[in-house]
Amino acid sequence: MRVGVGLPTSTANATGELLVEWARRADGGPFNSLGVVDRVAYRNLEPLVALAAAAAVTRRIELLTMVLIGPLRNPTLLAKQLASIEVLAPGRLTVGLGVGARDDDYTVAELDPRRRGARLADQLELLRTVWEAGRVGPRPSSPAGPRILVGGGSGQAFARMARYADGYAHGGGPPRAFASAVSKARAAWTEAGRPGTPLFYGMAYFALGEEAANTGAAYLRHYYAFTGPFAEKVAAANLTSPGSIVDMLRGYEEAGCDQLVLFPTVSELEQLDRLGEVLAGR
Amino acid sequence: MKYGVVGGGPAGLYFALLSRKADPSAEVRVVERNAPDATFGWGVVFSEETLGALRDADFESYTQIQDSFARWSAIDIHYAGALIRSRGHVFTGISRRVLLGILQRRCLEVGVELRFDTELHDLAAFDDCDLVVGADGVNGFVRGLSPETFKPALHVHDTKYAWFGTDLPLDAFTFIFRRNEHGLFQVHAYPFDARTSTFIVECPQDAFRRAGLDQAGEAASIAYCERLFEPELRGHRLLSNRSLWVSFATLRSAAWHHDRVVLLGDAAHTAHFSIGSGTKLAMEDAIALVDSLRRHRDLEAALTDYELERQPVVERFQEAALESAAYFEHVSRYEGFAPIQFAFNLLTRSRRITYVNLSVRDPVLTRSVDAFLADGRRPDREPPLVAVPPLFAPFSIRSAHLVNRVAAAMPATEDGVDGLPATPLAPLSASAAASGAGLVLTEMVAVAAEGRIGAGSPGLYRPEHLHAWKEAVAAVHDSSPARIRHQGIDRPLRQGGWTTLAASAVSYTPRGVAPRAMDGDDFTRIKAAFVTAAEMAVECGFDLLALDAGLGYLLAGFLSPLANRRADVYGGSLENRLRFPLEVAAAVRGAWPSDRPMALRLNAADGTVGGVTLDDAVLMAAAFRERGCDLVHPVLGQTTPDGWSDYGRAFGVPAADRVRNEAHVPALASGNITSADEGRRRRPRRPLPPGAIVGKPSARSRAQAIKAAQRRQGEMFDSLHLDVHDILVSDAHVVSLMTLKTSKGGQPAEQKLVQVAHVTDDGKVKELWTLGG
Repeated sequence: MRVGVGLPTSTANATGELLVEWARRADGGPFNSLGVVDRVAYRNLEPLVALAAAAAVTRRIELLTMVLIGPLRNPTLLAKQLASIEVLAPGRLTVGLGVGARDDDYTVAELDPRRRGARLADQLELLRTVWEAGRVGPRPSSPAGPRILVGGGSGQAFARMARYADGYAHGGGPPRAFASAVSKARAAWTEAGRPGTPLFYGMAYFALGEEAANTGAAYLRHYYAFTGPFAEKVAAANLTSPGSIVDMLRGYEEAGCDQLVLFPTVSELEQLDRLGEVLAGR
Repeated sequence: MKYGVVGGGPAGLYFALLSRKADPSAEVRVVERNAPDATFGWGVVFSEETLGALRDADFESYTQIQDSFARWSAIDIHYAGALIRSRGHVFTGISRRVLLGILQRRCLEVGVELRFDTELHDLAAFDDCDLVVGADGVNGFVRGLSPETFKPALHVHDTKYAWFGTDLPLDAFTFIFRRNEHGLFQVHAYPFDARTSTFIVECPQDAFRRAGLDQAGEAASIAYCERLFEPELRGHRLLSNRSLWVSFATLRSAAWHHDRVVLLGDAAHTAHFSIGSGTKLAMEDAIALVDSLRRHRDLEAALTDYELERQPVVERFQEAALESAAYFEHVSRYEGFAPIQFAFNLLTRSRRITYVNLSVRDPVLTRSVDAFLADGRRPDREPPLVAVPPLFAPFSIRSAHLVNRVAAAMPATEDGVDGLPATPLAPLSASAAASGAGLVLTEMVAVAAEGRIGAGSPGLYRPEHLHAWKEAVAAVHDSSPARIRHQGIDRPLRQGGWTTLAASAVSYTPRGVAPRAMDGDDFTRIKAAFVTAAEMAVECGFDLLALDAGLGYLLAGFLSPLANRRADVYGGSLENRLRFPLEVAAAVRGAWPSDRPMALRLNAADGTVGGVTLDDAVLMAAAFRERGCDLVHPVLGQTTPDGWSDYGRAFGVPAADRVRNEAHVPALASGNITSADEGRRRRPRRPLPPGAIVGKPSARSRAQAIKAAQRRQGEMFDSLHLDVHDILVSDAHVVSLMTLKTSKGGQPAEQKLVQVAHVTDDGKVKELWTLGG
């Protein structure tokens, strides 16, 4: 199983300088990918802009959205933006798409959240068409365009994943929850008559060190405040010790994960080094 | 710390007792609206596992509970004049009143303040408390104080039930099913002390009204039920305790705590009474909450931890309880079953007890089930010593003899050119067959170029395709007794650069490419393409042909009102929407040899408002059965992007169950079936030929099949162990050398056995000798 790391785009006091240095160091470290999260009504950097910046200072690392809220964006323009990042970082872009969990992102984007699932399906149908048709350039370096993952836990999300995507992007949780999603995704994939098996991406949060643990928990409570009491559960699940990270990696690997992306919950470059040490000792 | 508890039921009292024990400096106050000796309901049930937890939590109340409970290990099922007894299920029952008495006394001993006859409407009485525990049951008020956080959701079940007692001392958990002129009634009854038993009567709404029970008072209800269950009550009385007819409500809450308020037991969640877990879950909640409070100094962290620990456990019970409740709501579906089959279905209804669990608890019963399925319905015959488990029992449809009931699908390919796969198919089919499955299914095979899913999908419409599929079929026939099918499909999923056909010009998504609506000679042409493909399938040597009318493909599109908007004879009513698919089925049946079975993959539910429902699917399956379909494989969803699909464990099984038991056609279940145990819920409707074990296997595979079956049997018995020493095979005989180890009353015995089976050319066991012993 490969391990990726999230970019600090939404943590408290995250700066552009930190993001660029983080990306540069991650590219030279034991990480397979740089992931970004997506929200509109929040303080985070826009994920595609952040990935474009990361693309400029990296050579090797995979660039990943985990996940991008597709229905918030104009489909043709999105296809063009994704193709553009793909041109900046040939063969390195993986696009995770989902419908998001917050109505207020739709409200501020002046969009109706209803039927957003059906709109995502429509968008997925269009992306490949745009990339293949060539009227709206640039042409991605690989003819099929970037790899596409679909996220979400509903039956419809699994059906969309099986119909249009190369893999599945999980939204986080204990390995058992991930394993259950894997089994559903495989079932949907098989039923759609797709050959092979989908790619599986998982995600988790981390903050190493006691002080970082407290700051990280506060960030997660803030970021997930819209879920009400669930925010406490996410904060409680933050990985704050090397042992808990190693256990998580093992659990996800056993559940069939191809790549687990660990997102920082504090804006400190030191966290990247600490995580690198944990991975080196694995 | 100061704890305030609303509600003096098992959850509240147990929490009070344990929290006071954990922290003797804590002040704990319980407020209960009823008197100390008031109680509703009769007895409650605990499993062994729960008793273990109670023992560890508070040994003194545990020993008192131990001293006053009833214990039993059998489940009796009265059905269709037969009584089936299943053993090995250990349960404990205790009178609710006695349990409350024990807990109240223990609470007083450890210094809990108990206040009875006090009705609360708000938490003002607990203003001084650090934590308020809402243990006030499903109808309590605490949950209602923060509805935005707790987000309670109630699902009210369809059936009516009344909670009686009886002075009949039972010695088993007892289910009674009785049909009279008003409908089907069932009883869930269990003992809770030496003199009294709980006796719950449940029935569907229509039976309830026809029997006049909606108008009847308590006495009249009791008289009606006493009459109805006279044979089982044997002159004993039904006892009342405000036993009103009600509908059960399953309660789920998104969160169980808010600030300093936490919910316990029925106040947070309920699970249908038929799995008897309400009190158990409530008391386990109390144990977990007290543990969590002990572990964390921070209250919020403790309450979060409590929720994280308990919610997944409770959800699993609620899911099992919903399955169990659904079983009892629709139990009349299974009235055609023989008693042994009915009993097995009842015991495994919630999927908490699977075939394998049951074979450990009650090997004798599972052996009878195996024998019943393997040997046809022949009560006159002794069950064979060794019968294979249901999934491994053979199955025949027309002239096809399947050695077992496992179907494996070949992996999909998408590297073909004009329907001719680039990947050789023989290794794919051989590896699917090597899994041991009795039936090997191909991926979807298009009957015309424009009917492929994508540019690389395989087809069976050009002469070149014949060779590829012949090899795939031959690879299966050479290596195992498995069968292979062919499947016709249409309506592409992905763009392939051609115009597709459908019932109506409705695209999957607004931006998707709309298909062309079928018109004029399309009908004749498509039907002819299906027939040609069927003829080619005969030439390829396929044993079973499956027509595809599922997952949004051409024929499925006709069936669904969401995809079929036609105004002619092929659209509108279900009868019209069925017309073209049935015409195709009849035409294909005509081209397909009458001794070979034809199957159908059927769109059983669109899962969207206005779409195909499972009720429609039952009617459709029956219509196809009349056109000569022998096996129906229901699949769900994929007609529209927002269509329902679940993809949970064994998600296709309930649809297969309905098709089989209501449309009366054998069904193939699929959908995230990951263990053999889940597959065993699928059982054949038809009697099987006696002793059919193998199709036309090679000697090796025949030996393997028997060996595997016997090994499984060896695993299954507690007191009977079968070691297969060796198997010798000739063209006509299979000789098994076995050691049978048994133990009776602690006395082990060993026996060497030789079994000789004479196998005829068509794979039937003609004679079976057992030597030795």
